[in-house]
Amino acid sequence: MVELQNILRIKNNQSVDLNAIACLSYDEFYELVLKIFEPEENHCLTYFAYKKDGGLQFIMAIADDKNQDIILLSHLLKSGEKQELKSLTEKVFALHIFEREIYENFGIHFLNHPWLKPVRFAHNRANKELQVNNYPFYTIQSDELHEVGVGPIHAGIIEPGHFRFICNGENVLHLEIQLGWQHRGVEQLFLEKKQLLQRNILAENIAGDTVIGHTTTFVQNMEALAGLKIPEQTEVERALAMELERIAIHTGDIAALCIDAAYHLGANVFGILRTAIINFTQFWCGNRLGKSLVRAGGTHFPFTEDLKKELLEVLLKYEKQFLEMADLTYRLPSIQNRFDFVGKITQNQAALLGTVGLSARMSNMVRDIRVTHPNAAFKKFPYETITVENGDVFSRFILRKKEINQSIAWIRNLMDNYQFDASQTEKPKASLTLKPNKLAISINEAWRGEVCHCAITDEKGELKHYKVKDPSMHNWKALEMSLRNVEISDFPINNKSYNLSYCGHDL
Amino acid sequence: MIKEAKVIINNGRQYIPDLKNVKLRAPFRGRPVISTAKVDEQALVDVCPLKAISANPVRLDLGKCSFCGECAFAFPEKIQFSQDYRTSSNIRENLIVKEGEDNPIAFYKDKIRTGVRKTFSKSLKLRQISAGGDNSCENELNASGNANFDMGRFGIEFVASPRHADGIVITGPITENMAEAVQVCYDAMPSPKIIILVGVDAISGGIFAGSPAINRSFLDKYEVDLYIPGNPAHPLTFINAVLDLTR
Repeated sequence: MVELQNILRIKNNQSVDLNAIACLSYDEFYELVLKIFEPEENHCLTYFAYKKDGGLQFIMAIADDKNQDIILLSHLLKSGEKQELKSLTEKVFALHIFEREIYENFGIHFLNHPWLKPVRFAHNRANKELQVNNYPFYTIQSDELHEVGVGPIHAGIIEPGHFRFICNGENVLHLEIQLGWQHRGVEQLFLEKKQLLQRNILAENIAGDTVIGHTTTFVQNMEALAGLKIPEQTEVERALAMELERIAIHTGDIAALCIDAAYHLGANVFGILRTAIINFTQFWCGNRLGKSLVRAGGTHFPFTEDLKKELLEVLLKYEKQFLEMADLTYRLPSIQNRFDFVGKITQNQAALLGTVGLSARMSNMVRDIRVTHPNAAFKKFPYETITVENGDVFSRFILRKKEINQSIAWIRNLMDNYQFDASQTEKPKASLTLKPNKLAISINEAWRGEVCHCAITDEKGELKHYKVKDPSMHNWKALEMSLRNVEISDFPINNKSYNLSYCGHDL
Repeated sequence: MIKEAKVIINNGRQYIPDLKNVKLRAPFRGRPVISTAKVDEQALVDVCPLKAISANPVRLDLGKCSFCGECAFAFPEKIQFSQDYRTSSNIRENLIVKEGEDNPIAFYKDKIRTGVRKTFSKSLKLRQISAGGDNSCENELNASGNANFDMGRFGIEFVASPRHADGIVITGPITENMAEAVQVCYDAMPSPKIIILVGVDAISGGIFAGSPAINRSFLDKYEVDLYIPGNPAHPLTFINAVLDLTR
């Protein structure tokens, strides 16, 4: 039996020799995984398979928050063997989505998986007979109950997804969410696009509301694979951009929730406050959502003392207006009445589901990569994470406000204590030489939660496999669970309060 | 009540009165201007990650451009991005910027389909479909209706049902999985109806062009009324383009 202490551990943004990862028998792997997941602070970053020598190599990366490590495990399924494995989901429910993904991509049957269904109808899936219009929904035979289907196209300007409710009158007994409509083949394109810049742009387009989150994770991953050390200021700038992204999107989400509660003053004021932040991002890099800001190896847009002055002015104005509006909004009885106790996820449920980011912190779970796996910027300027307790819509609503305040405080501290100097930065690299036979893993706390990118190179240093994980992968299930025994008319506020990514999930 | 009034007063006037003449600050990248300076054209063509630049003479196709600005960083003497955000046209070819020319992107009013102006100049209700859009253009389309840009003042609005719509606004490269839904939505709209493509992904597929997971056959079947470039398209670009089309 392999001992846990002999298993490879690496740090965030580190690369490692592929053959240094212990390849276990599946039984050993199974037992070890169960053992690792016993403490609640250990959670799965990614679990995927890729083709190797005619068989399938499986890699699992587990974040050990307590020791700030990433545990790497592997097992191999040869093509001659029976293409089935004992499901881990039975014991560790949070792994359900990863096993489903492997099942969809490679046709591996996970025995006793409770919910072995397609994830995103990827173009390179194993079973092409399954079509996006023919998803095997959970159904119920009853004269009293009825089903409601919504989507893929929705009533607002929003991405596509299909929601199938089973209702008893107005009450939702069960919600199942079918995704995949947004699938563009992102992971495959990472391998096909050969230029570094093309891949960089591809990373920017994974999810347009998490541009900084995904692009930063991508470039850190490439820099780790190339063994490239970048200037400290660039690291700090990326973290700053990510906090600005968080403030902007959180503000927009607060506005959107106000709309759903028919509070138009709040909706309008928070809406224009978001404009102030994204306009600053545009002044910094020319794009309101930060596209073109983050580049591998350096930056075209170094932060300067002039930008610092402007940012502090923007934040001062923003904060004053934000606090004034929030003071009204969060005390408004009609808002409290609408959001309180709706769509509750308990801490226990959140831990079982393996939620991450905001969706975990709203249920009193500390999941924050900035704190538990900090990169250089957050080591130098530590962030203190915030949780709230109730796990309902109001918790998600108020957590956004608290996180905005916390991010502003973090930025202020950074601005007061860091001298920006453009001459300390470098231009982006046109290309990077990746080291052969390596695996690198990068994680960041984007505004939704942890973004994880994992890349593997072949013997020539070419990308062999690229795996993207958006936090939404973990969190969609939480939205489904939130709707249990909730009125169907409360779906919009639940959905908005999570604001999960469709394109980030579908890739 | 007094507190609410105070909020309104403290936030001041937020809407932009004249959407046609807003001064955006650099480094915002709008319509590029290509000089006649001599550069290594092949190197210039190669620098573009989306293959939007072609040589002899040098041209930049805004329908394929992500406005990343890499060409201007590599060849500043050749390409500069101006802050002119009115980069849309009703003719696909007009999105191609040629070297030595510094004119606004042309909009051919005589090429607008008959009935479009007459029917939609005072009121235009649009249905948005994200077909693989990355939520950036969607964000900016939402912003077009907010208190800053307020396109509602022109009678332009997004509606919840294709039955209520005069046109569809497509974002994203149109994924295989969404191809049928796009068609169903279009068919559900009453005529006359228009098609608007927003963002580089919708116009040319962008970085996803050629991916086996997309299916753009819908666009082969119908005439597109408006091409709005950008990644994402700025709300000012979007609103001005729709105004150019309808009034």
